[in-house]
Amino acid sequence: MDGYTYTELGSIFAMQGFAGISLFSVLLLMALGLAIIFGQMGVINMAHGEFMAVGAYTTYMLSTLTETYAPDLMPYYFVFSIVVAFFIAAILGYLAEFALIRHLYKRPLDTLLATWGLSLIMQQSFRSIFGAREVSPTLPEWLLGSYQPIETIDIPLNGMFVLALTTVVTLGVYYLLFRSRWGLRVRATTQNRIMSDAVGINTQKVDRYTFALGCGIAGIAGAAFTTIASTGPTTGTLYIVDTFMVVVFGGAASLLGTILSAFTIAQAQSILEFFISGSMAKVYTLLALVLILMFKPEGLFASKIRR
Amino acid sequence: MTFVYEKLMGGRSGLTGFIILAVFLVVVLPLTLDSFRLNLVGKYLTYAFAAVSLVLLWGYGGILSLGQGIFFGLGGYGMAMFLKLEASSPENTAIQSTPGIPDFMDWNQITSLPWFWELFNSLTFTIIAILVLPAAFAYIIGAAMFKRRVGGVYFAIITQVIAVILTVLIVGQQGFTGGINGITDLRTMNGWDITSDSAKYIFYFVNCALLLMVITASRFILTSKFGSLLLAIRDKEDRVRFSGYDVSNFKIFIFCFAALVSAIGGAMFTLQVGFMSPSFVGIVPSIEMVIFAAVGGRMSLIGVVYGTLLINFGKTIFSESFPELWLFLMGGLFIAVVMFFPNGLAGIWHDYSHHLTKRLIRCKDWIGNHLSNITNRRAGENPQ
Repeated sequence: MDGYTYTELGSIFAMQGFAGISLFSVLLLMALGLAIIFGQMGVINMAHGEFMAVGAYTTYMLSTLTETYAPDLMPYYFVFSIVVAFFIAAILGYLAEFALIRHLYKRPLDTLLATWGLSLIMQQSFRSIFGAREVSPTLPEWLLGSYQPIETIDIPLNGMFVLALTTVVTLGVYYLLFRSRWGLRVRATTQNRIMSDAVGINTQKVDRYTFALGCGIAGIAGAAFTTIASTGPTTGTLYIVDTFMVVVFGGAASLLGTILSAFTIAQAQSILEFFISGSMAKVYTLLALVLILMFKPEGLFASKIRR
Repeated sequence: MTFVYEKLMGGRSGLTGFIILAVFLVVVLPLTLDSFRLNLVGKYLTYAFAAVSLVLLWGYGGILSLGQGIFFGLGGYGMAMFLKLEASSPENTAIQSTPGIPDFMDWNQITSLPWFWELFNSLTFTIIAILVLPAAFAYIIGAAMFKRRVGGVYFAIITQVIAVILTVLIVGQQGFTGGINGITDLRTMNGWDITSDSAKYIFYFVNCALLLMVITASRFILTSKFGSLLLAIRDKEDRVRFSGYDVSNFKIFIFCFAALVSAIGGAMFTLQVGFMSPSFVGIVPSIEMVIFAAVGGRMSLIGVVYGTLLINFGKTIFSESFPELWLFLMGGLFIAVVMFFPNGLAGIWHDYSHHLTKRLIRCKDWIGNHLSNITNRRAGENPQ
């Protein structure tokens, strides 16, 4: 770290920190969906990354459509596409749960394999429909550019937008889970499925909507993702392992844990990346996580539920 | 004799399956395939080691490892390092700025051989390393996980993350590992040309022999008391623990054994294919090994060998002619096997052959009755 003055180091931390925030937002959005699904049903959705890609491709499609048919609407399409991405991913998730996952609840390890199969099929569909090349939507003007509070610090606007989006979605999930009737049913099912069934909660329906919600949030993550990188058929797989780590490290079924662990992982990776090569930053981050998990397998915030 | 029969071969059905497999691999395939195709089968059979290890680990132990590629890779890289050192003797690498070190090190401005490469100059050390290092690594992972009662989905994810770490490390540390291209251009082993046809035949048979030995050893483990305990742990872990067994030690042992078996496969892979690269270490190959085991039948040591061969041939044929269809097919296969045929090919065969034997017995009975009727009638016709 020699050769940098303190102000420079400060700026590096601030800028890499903001770069980390974009990563944090995408990871958190991905992990929220995964954590809800895993926390409630004990199902690991290996195709979660592909649901994110669905969101990203939806945004790309809408961007292309708007550009061709209604160029005047370009400034607004992005907000619209977030909503569409959510619904398309959620509907696909609903179908996946209906056709595949509900048959495998009693065999969690098998769900892992079946959803991996699903992810292969989805990847190949992307490749057949959109081609093997990476695509990225044309972003509206107001997302480009950056904000410069002082000379050496340069904060991209898209990162701030994504952060705002993530905050809104996280608050929405919090409200849904902890302040609504539906959330009450979800939490009841998580804690004791049999009793919830007995008191008249339709747990199958709860499962299906939870899965759809998780996938929908992954779709939003995909829309957010298009602002920081381009999308290819295998984009989902690149992020899935990091997302797993966020969920496991945060302690499944803990909203606060998920947020904190997404933040730690994204920041560690992003700040390390500046000083050592990107690949080694990833190695050290993941290695540190595995080591921590060896000593504290229940994650940062273990849920205090007896199982 | 009964020991061999019951413990090593697994009784009548096990022995029949074993003999059919041995004849198929050692006699039928070499007689019907040319040396190129046979080499291909040899390559696929090295994956079968990993698939067999997953039968023990996943089918019987209920421990799903999505990181068998780690151990396959460690074994393969160990062998590749030895062969690479031999291929980069000072005479062969005279044009480099530092002769006597592997070419990729020279490209990455490394001027002397790192110490951990130095060790792989000796074949004895290499073989010991291939057998010991992956198992030792598995011991560390296993001890850390199973002692703390981490299992199930968590274990699967953590093994997967370790596979990712290893891949990123290999790709990132180009100078020491050859990076994304891996370790290539392996030609000789102690002066013996391993790319010649005769060497390929020899490696094929050595590979088959090792695979059959591994299957026998695994059968021995499964038919012993340990095997029953393993099943018990899979089905009711707590009950086994409350009966006074230290569950974690059993799990650690089977994980180490599986690592050893996969590493042997990896080393044989390097010998037969002539290179090793990170694309055989990461998530995708590791999960493919699981699908080999799943399609062949996660409970069948013999079935997984057929499963591995079938999938790999399917992959070769399909990705040559319909590359797009292959991933759809593979994904569909994954889902279908998991949902409808949890016991894979072996399960289907078991059910089907059951019907078959039943039908044969019925047939035999019918013929028997018929014959006795005839004899009786004859006897009635000629009362003497």
